[in-house]
Amino acid sequence: MNGTIVIEVQRYRPEQDPHPWWQAFELDYRPEMSVLDALHQIRDRHDSGLAYRWSCRMAICGSCGLMVDGVPRLGCKTFLRDYYPDRIRLGPLAHFPIERDLIVDLRDFLDKLAAVKPYLIRAAQDERPSEPRRQTPAQLARFLPFAQCISCGLCYAACPEYGLNNRFFGPAALALLHRYNRDSRDQGRAERLPTMNAEDGVWGCTFVGYCSQVCPKGVDPAAAINQGKIVSVIDYVRHLVGLSPATLGQDATQEGER
Amino acid sequence: MSARRPYIRPMPRTWWLRNPVFRRYMLREATALFVGGYGLVLLWGLSALRQGEGAWLAYLAGLSHPLALAFHTLALAMALYHTVTWFALTPKLMPSRIGNRPIPARWVKAAHYGLFALCSLVILLLAAGVH
Repeated sequence: MNGTIVIEVQRYRPEQDPHPWWQAFELDYRPEMSVLDALHQIRDRHDSGLAYRWSCRMAICGSCGLMVDGVPRLGCKTFLRDYYPDRIRLGPLAHFPIERDLIVDLRDFLDKLAAVKPYLIRAAQDERPSEPRRQTPAQLARFLPFAQCISCGLCYAACPEYGLNNRFFGPAALALLHRYNRDSRDQGRAERLPTMNAEDGVWGCTFVGYCSQVCPKGVDPAAAINQGKIVSVIDYVRHLVGLSPATLGQDATQEGER
Repeated sequence: MSARRPYIRPMPRTWWLRNPVFRRYMLREATALFVGGYGLVLLWGLSALRQGEGAWLAYLAGLSHPLALAFHTLALAMALYHTVTWFALTPKLMPSRIGNRPIPARWVKAAHYGLFALCSLVILLLAAGVH
């Protein structure tokens, strides 16, 4: 099954290229090769200047996200045999500014992850803040699927809402927010509600659902965001009937126990 | 001085044509136009009913026009597409549990279809009763 395969790579060298352009490389093909292996081969044999990110080669670091024939994928988890003998087009992750070749600027994405307060928040009146907090398997199960995110950014490249308006908080950040809201050890839901309730929070999502399809870790951000809409509606109704968010923070662990 | 010159790709208006997932999503969004149009036809009927027998009979005659039949068939197809795609999403929205065990997604969907069938049956029986 050995032969050759043509890989087209989108190039952009800011010091000399006015626009991105496509460059084709003919590579030696072996069925066990991943897209990342193909990029290594290009770098080693054809153009040592090709810029791309990678680290672990086993779908855990989240560095090698790119567009494979227009679909957001991890280079290490995508295999040439699924495309061979057709040619493959590799481009940088959609919706992010291109820094060079396949490298995009993820700063906005990383800022958004940090902005949702992705850490355990305890109430001010917590008497023993440093004590271990035990969880039952059921309590763990409530947030564990949403804790599998490796921050690769594929879901942002899949989200047309983020592409059209990058003020939208986007899939991974809102899934991370949901993960902490569902954690029985956390009491910070009231602090995260303004982010969720905002126009660019959960309500910026129109449930395209593609984020969940491309996620390499099965996180299902679309489910997280749209469950977040239910939390946001409950908060809205609570405001209408005069319950303050402070009250909400204290019973956050009981609510939504479904 | 920084040599950075990040390239921001424009998002063309035809972004949704590139990917079958986005095409299906836009079709789903477009169903709203047909459901909304059907609502307007119903409002027109209510208004005709208020104006008297002549207007009401003219409205009924209008409904049997081939164009009206074509619109209703299309609107029904769109409403069903919306229903099927929406029911497919419901397990994501309702991650319900009984005790420690999650309720399987197909149960959530089946419950929606069951309720849908029940409501349709009641409406059909009511309509048969009127005749």
